[in-house]
Amino acid sequence: MGSYVPNTEATRREMLDVIGVRSVRELYENVPPEMFLQSLDLPHEQSELEVRSAVTAMAEKNRVFRTCLRGAGAYRHFIPAVVKSITSREELVTAYTPYQAEISQGILQSIFEYQTMLCELTGMDVSNASVYDGATAAAESITMCRDRRRSRALVSAAANPQVIDVMRTYCFGSGAELIIVPARDGRTDPEALRAALGTDTACFYLQQPNYWGLLEDAAGLGEIVHAAGAKFVMGVNPIACALMKTPGECGADVAVGEGQPLGLDTAFGGPYLGFMTASAAMMRQLPGRIVGQTRDVDGALGYVLTLTAREQHIRREKASSNICSNEQLCAFAAGVYLSAMGADGLRQAARLSLSKAHYLAGRLESAGLPLLYSGEFFHEFVTACSEKTARTVCRALERNGILGGLPVEGGLLWCATELVTRAEMDRAAAIAKEALA
Amino acid sequence: MKLIFEKGTPGQHLTLLPECDVPEAALREERVLPLRLPHVGENELTRHYKQLSDRVHGMNDGFYPLGSCTMKYNPKIDEELAALPGFTQIHPLQPVSSAQGCLQVLYTAERELCAVTGMDAMTLQPAAGAHGEFTGLLLIKAYHLRRKDPGRTKILVPDSAHGTNPASARMAGFDVVNIPSSPDGCVDLEALRAAAGPDTAGLMLTNPNTVGIFDKNILKITEIIHKAGGLCYYDGANLNAIVGVVRPGDMGFDVCHLNLHKTFATPHGGGGPGSGPVGCKAALAEFLPAPQVEERAGRYRFVTPRHSIGRVRGFSGNFTVVVRALAYLMTLGRERLPEAAENAVLNANYMKARLSECCEMAYPGFCMHEFVMTLETLHRETGVSALDIAKGLLDHGVHPPTMYFPLIVREALMIEPCETESKETMDSVCGLFVRLFADARTDPQSLHDAPLHTRAPRPPAPPPPRHTVLRYSFD
Repeated sequence: MGSYVPNTEATRREMLDVIGVRSVRELYENVPPEMFLQSLDLPHEQSELEVRSAVTAMAEKNRVFRTCLRGAGAYRHFIPAVVKSITSREELVTAYTPYQAEISQGILQSIFEYQTMLCELTGMDVSNASVYDGATAAAESITMCRDRRRSRALVSAAANPQVIDVMRTYCFGSGAELIIVPARDGRTDPEALRAALGTDTACFYLQQPNYWGLLEDAAGLGEIVHAAGAKFVMGVNPIACALMKTPGECGADVAVGEGQPLGLDTAFGGPYLGFMTASAAMMRQLPGRIVGQTRDVDGALGYVLTLTAREQHIRREKASSNICSNEQLCAFAAGVYLSAMGADGLRQAARLSLSKAHYLAGRLESAGLPLLYSGEFFHEFVTACSEKTARTVCRALERNGILGGLPVEGGLLWCATELVTRAEMDRAAAIAKEALA
Repeated sequence: MKLIFEKGTPGQHLTLLPECDVPEAALREERVLPLRLPHVGENELTRHYKQLSDRVHGMNDGFYPLGSCTMKYNPKIDEELAALPGFTQIHPLQPVSSAQGCLQVLYTAERELCAVTGMDAMTLQPAAGAHGEFTGLLLIKAYHLRRKDPGRTKILVPDSAHGTNPASARMAGFDVVNIPSSPDGCVDLEALRAAAGPDTAGLMLTNPNTVGIFDKNILKITEIIHKAGGLCYYDGANLNAIVGVVRPGDMGFDVCHLNLHKTFATPHGGGGPGSGPVGCKAALAEFLPAPQVEERAGRYRFVTPRHSIGRVRGFSGNFTVVVRALAYLMTLGRERLPEAAENAVLNANYMKARLSECCEMAYPGFCMHEFVMTLETLHRETGVSALDIAKGLLDHGVHPPTMYFPLIVREALMIEPCETESKETMDSVCGLFVRLFADARTDPQSLHDAPLHTRAPRPPAPPPPRHTVLRYSFD
């Protein structure tokens, strides 16, 4: 019997004898006979060699761009070799959720270390073990902040549109109202925020740096939010956190984000990593698993899943979230990544991204693509042009193996990280210039 | 063992990035808060994580009969294919014309999973089973609202259900009505009839159910709900027992989710990433999350369903998990997929038959892919609990079965061997159970003290939350 089933016809017979039946179908005695599938509409089985060829052919239909100048929620950063070397270890890949503490200390300790690193990055007090991605982390943060009196959530129009979409879907479920606070000149409008806040506002979500790469006055907006008695949620880029004023320093109650830049491939959208951190006061509202450090019977330090009274397997319909499987292996990868980079390495990656993005913006400006917004930016920015021009520029770049900026309203959204070299950016700018001529 | 923060020396770092080749930029205001991350050399770093992975029980460490979790073997070819640069290096926002292979993977997986479940349309966006439940319930909500039937606010959930079911129903804005199980662990039809009515939005059900029994009344159950105007949601957690043999769509279900990390052999990763695709009948397809993949003359594109509930996650879900599941489906094909289910059922019944000689079963008769033992008598007579036996198994390199679930069985141990285990392995584990039950009668203390040979002993009850340490303190 092929395909990972070790039973032979002979062992099957032996086993059926022990059970006391003649065929496996007798074991399906509860299934109404008319319900058995007559023909399964799938292709025929294939050998490993054939499957490898067929799936590889699919991969080869995709185009891997040598130079990537696009971010918008998924970022190509340098990934040290140790990350994949360690995270491909079979025990880590194949283990189940660490419910059995005695044989899961490795995963539990790694989560404890990850929680610590995320708290350090964001300047917050507590972290969970991860959720699905940055967008679901943002959506879950609304649930954290809601109560009977406060049921409306506000989100900045300058947040990633996919994040806003996911928030809207989660609000369709929970019945919370989601209101979009308009932006002005590419940044959240503080007056509009003040006007939108009310006694029924649960929270305001601010993305920093925002979708167009611009830096928001997070601390100032946070003060406005707190003055109205609402919670301040920040969605942050974890690599930018190495340089920027942290959510903790900006007074955030909850800080979430997309952890993909921390050692994960762009991989057509996933698996990624949603991280969620909070102030100590919000600890019990965090969804998902949290690992705590404790002492075992011999007095040695050990790790356990803790505060489980928030979780679905204990609280069922009263749980803070339904999350069960999260993105553990991705969180593990992020931990290895941060350990390999260290504080200096992470700051260097952030500084290089910042510097290269500013260089690229200058080159594109000289090529005829000026900045759309004037504010300070991190590693993304928008250049102004018509939709038609945007298409022309992108096509020219793609023909040359470069993935250019993402077409957005008003122009193109570009990104540079430590991966791109000065020569690549010069070349991209030259191609853009030629396309514009 | 030490934490990564306690190793190495400050100032130590790897040489990973080059010097800056452009003028350096700075932010007007930068963080003041110190950033305390590990500072270790590469050798020390890899040793630390090797030590951590030594403290994890994986599939290659031994039998893993964790009931309701379907810990089957994860094929290596699937890992190799998921790691192809033609997948991992693709940006999710690059033009679809340059990512046709990715869309082909999504489209093919969707079509094949529809064929397996008897559904008409499928989304691969949900990142895990519970995420799929939430998505499926939103489809049900959108369906009733679209039909101007907003009074349907209740979701019926059997008391044996996994905790995610009621939690997902709450997140989707429904009230939860618990339906008691009958003594045989199946849905109590009278209770179901009494609960179903004009306020019923739907029913959530696993079949085989959480005690490993295929509910023989399944067609009556779905009919009761449909007659009341509700929809039926199939929780695919236990699909491995029937995959390729019976389809949820043919049982009368309107929506279902699958756990690719169970039935379709993608690894669990110590708690994710998983993938929880949601399939539905044609009447619900217009509500599916955006975007969906469409094929025309060999070209693939993204489209938005007419009345989509919106996105439930960024981009297209856990894409490389889908690559693994597709490779698995292609390998097994129409011939081997039903065989996987049948051998899962055969293995479970074999272990159940052998263990019946030494242990009480919660439910008599044949089971599907898993079965539940109750150690209530043993516990009463010897003081040895299901937990003690589970810990005893740890000493022998066997991952314990699921404990204390389902909640309706006392001192429960739920065993799911999966089709990828051999008779030889199962025989040796059955022998081990016999030995542990004998130990319970002769030397109960030895089991209270177990495990003695694992890396870490049994942890104490978690400390009260105010004493819980949730992050390393650098001071």
